[in-house]
This record gives sequence, structure tokens and C-alpha cells, in this order.
Amino acid sequence: MSLWKIAWRSIQQRGLASALTALSMALGVLLVVAVLSIHGVVSQSFKNNSSLGYNLIVGAKGGKLQLTLNTVYYLSQPVENIPYEYYLEFTGGDERKNALKHSIRENVHDDQWGSIEAVSLLGMDGLAGIGGLLASESLRNADQDELDLERSGKFGMYSALAIPLCLGDYFGQFRVVGTTPDLFNKLTFGPYDDKTYEFSQGRNFETWNKEHGYFEAVVGATVAREMDVKLGQGISPAHGDPEGEGHASQFTVVGILRPTGTPNDRAVFINMEGFYLMEDHAKPLPKDEEEEQAVTGFGGIAGGFVEPEVAHDHDHAHAPQEPLPVEQREVTAILLRTVNPMIAVGLPTTINEGPVAQCVLPIREITNLFSFIVAPIQAALLGITALVCFVSGISILVSIYNSMSDRKHEIAVMRALGASRGTVMAVILFESILLSVGGGMIGWIGAHSLMTLPVVSNAVEQRTGVPIGFTSFAPPIENNLELLGLGPIIGSVPPELLLIPALLLLAVSVGFLPAMAAYRTDVAKSLGS
Amino acid sequence: MLQLENLKKSYIEPNGHVLPVLDIPSFRVEAAEQMVLLGRSGCGKSTLLHVIAGISRPDSGVVRLDGHDVATLSEAGRDRYRAAKLGYVFQTFNLLPGFSALENVLLGMTFARRRYNVKRAEQLLDRVGLSQRSHHKPSALSVGEQQRVAVARALANQPTLLLADEPTANVDPANQQTVIDLIRETCREEKIAMILVTHSMEVADQFDRVDRLEDINKVLALVSHPSSLNPHP
Repeated sequence: MSLWKIAWRSIQQRGLASALTALSMALGVLLVVAVLSIHGVVSQSFKNNSSLGYNLIVGAKGGKLQLTLNTVYYLSQPVENIPYEYYLEFTGGDERKNALKHSIRENVHDDQWGSIEAVSLLGMDGLAGIGGLLASESLRNADQDELDLERSGKFGMYSALAIPLCLGDYFGQFRVVGTTPDLFNKLTFGPYDDKTYEFSQGRNFETWNKEHGYFEAVVGATVAREMDVKLGQGISPAHGDPEGEGHASQFTVVGILRPTGTPNDRAVFINMEGFYLMEDHAKPLPKDEEEEQAVTGFGGIAGGFVEPEVAHDHDHAHAPQEPLPVEQREVTAILLRTVNPMIAVGLPTTINEGPVAQCVLPIREITNLFSFIVAPIQAALLGITALVCFVSGISILVSIYNSMSDRKHEIAVMRALGASRGTVMAVILFESILLSVGGGMIGWIGAHSLMTLPVVSNAVEQRTGVPIGFTSFAPPIENNLELLGLGPIIGSVPPELLLIPALLLLAVSVGFLPAMAAYRTDVAKSLGS
Repeated sequence: MLQLENLKKSYIEPNGHVLPVLDIPSFRVEAAEQMVLLGRSGCGKSTLLHVIAGISRPDSGVVRLDGHDVATLSEAGRDRYRAAKLGYVFQTFNLLPGFSALENVLLGMTFARRRYNVKRAEQLLDRVGLSQRSHHKPSALSVGEQQRVAVARALANQPTLLLADEPTANVDPANQQTVIDLIRETCREEKIAMILVTHSMEVADQFDRVDRLEDINKVLALVSHPSSLNPHP
């Protein structure tokens, strides 16, 4: 009979006490595994979400983290907006030229500049009138410079892809994102940036079509599920706040995304052109430009722009509608993929030195957030759960040690039968190991069983895109170990595997005291007792 | 086979006084010999058995079994000696309650560092009439059955010497003779020497050799003269 079996028999003999001590260890390990798994899911989710197919974000000057959180995760409030024309600086010549065709200034002709000047000078006299004339001349020269339609955007040569985002509206609790179809046609996602967006139903929205005009929308999988959104349904974004007043404009849902495990599951994507045409989304023009509109016919005057079209039952084709002029557009952020990763290092400096925008590396911000906020919290949680395990270990010590007075006679009998001091000591240590490791195994199985319950695993996968299997190990916890100064040693080992030596060490530690008591048992005295 | 020479053993009392317990100038047991050591309670019978078994170390003297002086062995050596050469039947059986009858028998083999032999353990249980009860825990066995398991356990390692410390003291009268017969027969069959300690004349009368502890232990001879026992009168 092996010493392990002798130890096991001893555990069985004290069934209830043994079960309770093993249970306390099981609960401790369950907590540790749960924390590690949450860490794994969060890490994986962060990793997935920091690989969204672009490497830079350009937005208004302000907090870098806020810009990242707002753009990548649709959290927090937008920093501010940047001019649409600045976005065009990241585009190629043709795209910029096409976009600027909708500029007020492009549509101003020389004879109309005369009218502008006349309007500008109305009511002015003397020096003021001369000043106004000079100012309008200067404006005309500046505009003509800026509207050099033949040039590419200043940063166009560095940009492989630039996708504008317009944020600020909500659909229920979910963010509404005004963007271009490129978001789903050209961006990839996933830890290896190799997944393309797919639609479980319908298709991507289009910039314009006869059926819905500019008012098409695509919803993320979570939005579709939680808001019970169906294809063909009309949705009206609320302005500025989940509880805000809904826009009159309705967008027709033409596609529902397959779950991606990214924040895009929890957002509604509408055509940016439609976004601009919603009421209150046009940037107010300076007074002189309003007057230009009066001259050129933009902005609700016959022959120019019309009020945004409100969606309605579609039994007819839409007539083409003029988009909002470039001058009245703003974007919240630009997702930028550079032609070369090295450019992503230097480009932010150039942009940040300018007066208009800031440029951030989202992966750096996410890593910083993870390292300085998430990782320490997880380390603290891990520490607390490790403490729970330690307390469970102490309960094993107390349980075995308390049993020693009753077991001295048994130990003496074993010694009388020829067991050495080392043998009886080993039996007690094995007992401690069986309780610790056995309890730990129960805790591990319990934690993984809980996580693979369909209710839990489906919810986690839907929210984070991280699948959880019964044998899924939490990934290495480099960050936490670095905090503890252990990163270089065991940073690459799945932490759940580290539980085995940790539990063995704990078992030997807590079993040592009662084992020593067994070692020191006075055989002759105990046999007589 | 077993030879004790000038064996002395004493205990230190809590007040610091030395209490002599054993002073045996000479004592021998031959191979396969069965003898009774007769003595009243508290006369040092168990202490003598502990010294022979190597559980306690004598103050002085020789305890030689099969040519090895147990008194000079290290503690680990005495453990090995005990496991290999000795069988011990206790007055209170001392079966481990968490183990079945079969496992209690196997337990003795485990500590002898031999590959334990389940077949021999089963044969021994069969020999003591418990083949049908081998998987029962001690609590499910009668007192007589428990003592029979203890006998089987003592014989498991084919010892040279069996020490039986009042093996019938806790057995009901109906089973006392059965236990004695069992011990004697199995020892005879396996050619095992036996020292049976008892205070029962009824048991002692069945043996050819009966030694009174008072006759071999000089300490007991001085009991009638307490002053000679106490070095600090």
C-alpha cells in the first residue's frame, strides 16, 4: 500500500473536516482562476480591439486617452471636432478634388465675389469700407490658395487609408457613428488583423442610392440583438445624449454585422453624408460665408441645398440630393492607416506641432491604460485571491494540526509496525498535498465549468469576441508579473499552470508543522495512551 | 536467537528522580520457541517489549536478535529491524480505523519496504478465518475478529519474533482460547519465536516455558525494599 493511499485513507477517516478544508481551497482557487480568466479575456479583448486595421487616430487637440477611448471603444465624450478639410489633407488628389466640388468657395465665381464684396461693404463707409474691401480680397486670395484642386492632401502620400468618424448621436444606449462605407469594406480586425467585416444579414451601407438616398445604416450584432433591430427598419438617432431628442431623420437599416468581439458590435453606423444632413449637424458658417451661400444658392435656397430629407415609406426612387458643403462639415476623428509603419512614428509629431489636430497611436494609449490602470487592478485582485488561497491553506494546517492529538496513537502504531519518522512525516505532508491540490483541482474544474456554462461563455463571447473553452488557459500575465518583478522569470508561462507548483508549495508549507508533530511523536508514550 | 544481557532501563520522573524499571542480567529465547512472560500489571512487561522491539532504547546492555545488537542501532536502523524482524500484537489490537482488515494487514508490509503481497495478506486473513470480512473496517468487526486481524498483521512480514502483549485481555472469554490457539498455531507453522506477555495463569498454563518477570528482573526483586530503589532518600 502506498503512502499516498495511507494519506487518502486518513483524509477519508475525517471526511467532513477534510471536505470542508478542501472546499475552502477549492473556493480560493476558483476565485484565482476566475480572476486570471477575466484578466485573459480583458487582455485578449484589448489585444483584439487594438488591432482594428489602423495605426493612428487624428482628432481634435485634447486628451489623448479620451480621443482613443472615444474613437476605439466609443466611450467617453468626443474631445471636439476638426474641420472636414483637414480630413481631406489625408486623402489623395482625386478624392480631395471630388470632395471640394461641394465647397461653397469652389462654387463662387468671380462675378459673385463682386456681389460678396458689395454685400460685405453694405453699411460700411470710410476706412471701414476700405478695410472690408481689403479683407474680402484677402479672403478670396486665401480661398483660391486652399482650393487648389489639383494637389493631394498634405498627408495624403503617407496615408494608405483614412476613414472619417462623426460621433455625438445615440441610438438607445448605443453610439451612432457617421462614417464612410470604407469602414467595413477596407478595414480589418482581429488579433492578427486578418478578419474582414461580414454581415449576418443584409449588406454594407452605401454613400447614396436611389432607394434610400443618403440614409442607410448598419448595426452591430449586439445592437441588433438588444434593440431587436431588423433589416429595413428605420432608426432615428438621438442628438448628443442617449436621452436626447431624436432627430427627425430616419436611417434605414440595410445590414447587421456578424459578431466581431470589437466595440463595433455595440454601435450603429450611418452614412456620413446622411449624418451631415441631419438637423443641427451642419457647422454654422461665419457671417461672410453665409452671405456666400446667399449668393451661390447653397443652404436651402432654391436651386441649392434642401433641408435634410426625412425618411419615409419608400415606394419611389429618390432624386439625387446635394450633400452638405465642405465648409459646414466637421469630423470627430480620422482612422488612419499609414503606408508604412515607420511613418506612424514620425507623423504624429508633425500633426501635433500644427494648430488644428492631434494624432495618437491608439495601441500605445491602450497599452498605457492597460499597464497603468487595468493591470494593477488585476494584480490587486490576484493578490486578494491569492490571500484567500493562503487562508485556505491555513485552514488545512489547522484541520490537520488539530487532528494530530487524536492521531498520535495511530502514528505510534505505524511506527511500531516499522514506519520511520520520515515515513509518518511524509504521510502527513501527502495528506496536506492531497487536500490542497485536490481542492485546487476542484476549484479549477469548478471555475472552468462555470465559465463554459452557455449563459456565461455566450455572454463573454458576444461582448468581447473572446471564445472560452473548458480547457482555455488564461494567457501569461507579463504585466502583472513585471509589477511583481517576476516577469523575466515566469512571464511566458500560463498562470494557471503556475497554480500547481504554488499549491504544492502551499501544501508543503502548511503541512510542515503537523508533519513535524508526527515526526516527534513519542511512540512508547503514545502506544500506552 | 533473542538474547538480553545486563539490560537496564529507567525513567526520569517529573521531579527529576530516576525510576529504574528493568534490570535483566540475562534472558534468552530460542528460534521458534514459544514462551510466556508472566507478570502483574505495572511490572514493566510493556517496557521490556518496547526495548526488545527497538521502540525504546535501553540505558545499557545488549538486545541481540539474530546476531544484531538492537540497542546499538540508529533509530532508522531500529525502524527497519522492527519492520523486518518483529511482529507485534497489542493488547488493544491497535488496528487503524480508517483501513479495512486487508489494508491493516498490508500496512505492516508497506513499512517493511517490501513489495506488498496482497495474496499473502489474503491468505493470512483466510488463515485467521476472516476471508469473508477482509474489506470490512475494524468498526464493523467484533472484538475477537479485530484481534485476529491484528494477529494476521503481525505475521504479515514473516517475522523472526512475535511479541504479543496481553493479546486476550480485551477479548471475551469465549474467544480467548481461539486467539491463543491461532497465535500459537500460526507461529508454529511459520517457525516464528513468540513471547506472550500475560497475567493470566489460565493462558500461562498452556505453555511449556513460563518465566515470571519478577524472577528475571532484579528491579522487581527490590520492590519490597523501596529505599534501595530511590537514590535520593
